[in-house]
Amino acid sequence: MTVSVYVPTPFRNLTGNHSYVEAQGDTVEELLNDLGVRYPALRNLLGANGDEVPAHVNIYVNSHEIHTLQGKATPLKDGDEVAVIPAIAGGQVLTPEQVMRYSRHIVMPQVGPIGQRKLLAAKVLVVGAGGLGSPVNLYLALAGVGTLGIVDFDDVDLSNLQRQILHHTRDVGRPKVESARDTIAAHNPDVQVIPYREPLTSANAIDIMSGYDIVVNGADNFATRYLVNDAAYLSGKPLVDGAIFLFEGQAMTFIPGQGCYRCLFPAPPPPGLVPSCAEAGVLGMLPGVIGAIEAIEAVKLILGLGEPLVGRLLIFDALAMEFRQVKLRRDPKCPLCGDDPTIHELIDYEEFCGAPLPAAQNEA
Amino acid sequence: MTVEVRVTATLQNLVGGQKVVRGQGETVGQVLTDLEQRYPGFQTQVLTEDGALHRFVNIYLNDEDVRFLQKLDTPLTEGDVLSILPALAGGNR
Repeated sequence: MTVSVYVPTPFRNLTGNHSYVEAQGDTVEELLNDLGVRYPALRNLLGANGDEVPAHVNIYVNSHEIHTLQGKATPLKDGDEVAVIPAIAGGQVLTPEQVMRYSRHIVMPQVGPIGQRKLLAAKVLVVGAGGLGSPVNLYLALAGVGTLGIVDFDDVDLSNLQRQILHHTRDVGRPKVESARDTIAAHNPDVQVIPYREPLTSANAIDIMSGYDIVVNGADNFATRYLVNDAAYLSGKPLVDGAIFLFEGQAMTFIPGQGCYRCLFPAPPPPGLVPSCAEAGVLGMLPGVIGAIEAIEAVKLILGLGEPLVGRLLIFDALAMEFRQVKLRRDPKCPLCGDDPTIHELIDYEEFCGAPLPAAQNEA
Repeated sequence: MTVEVRVTATLQNLVGGQKVVRGQGETVGQVLTDLEQRYPGFQTQVLTEDGALHRFVNIYLNDEDVRFLQKLDTPLTEGDVLSILPALAGGNR
């Protein structure tokens, strides 16, 4: 039986820099012995010749770790794919539990143990623990993003539970950041949550953002939206942004210098023109779609994968079940990121938007 | 020239809840004038009193923001699709 074996980056110097090698065997044990013959340097690492596979190496057959199958006696058939995934990469150790927990990511060559270490080392600030903030925080936590800062001054309200999957019925009345921290801890103890139970303001935004690599926006009002945009740009942080209303959503990623929210919408609508979600409603699953897209964007940025949603505005229409994209250009006349900027520090966003920053009013 | 105009979010209320309407005109501005005649009040939601585009509403000709073309004077050709997209704020609480 000849099967293809995926060799991750740290072991590739032992296999002539091949990502995939072929080896023979009717069971995993025979395969490992054959690999040891073909690549003697791999022999010790893999525990060939009857030794146990070392605890820091996991072996997968078609994405299933062999301890969940029949161990080294797991039979192989033509076309199977075997992956050899070490927990140690570049000095930092993934525990065996982490290797198992994140195995569906680690087994993908685009992530691998090094990518998983990047996720565990990443620090993401999520503005909001509500509709969008819930799926963003949950998915980033499940992926093992090591540090999540969550800014939300609000308490859980019964009307939040139709869509805000971070919170449960028993959490009604509790601060959202505390409910979020408990939910995340129950999902993944690897994640450190840093709660900020306060509104984001011109006075604290730059300081809070300074400790993070990426900012993800789940704000529910224009004043905060422009504040987050300006603070992320002035801090030089990538910003993943999303917005939802009724049955529609928007998502975009801003890399400093490649356009910002002000390039897209130079000014907010006058207060009262656009109703809030509390007034107009929002489909409960909609933040799930847009929030998951925001989480994907953040993970892509952390891993350096693919093409971020930069220079494009993604529009989702749930009723038509349609995604569309329009171009989003850096505006040379943008007062923040244009050629001759006039905004060099955070401004008064209540004045700019003609509406107060939220302290405890509208619920979106 | 008749073009398709896709209206999103809050602006749909102004055109009887429709997502797509047809508009006539040789330029973006002429199409807005045409829509105003059939849907009185439409234009004031998209244009300022001075007749310029509101800064919280974008109009896309196919996938390009008309602010980066010739704004309201942007000429249209048969088969073009205009999309009118207001800023959305919702997300959090």
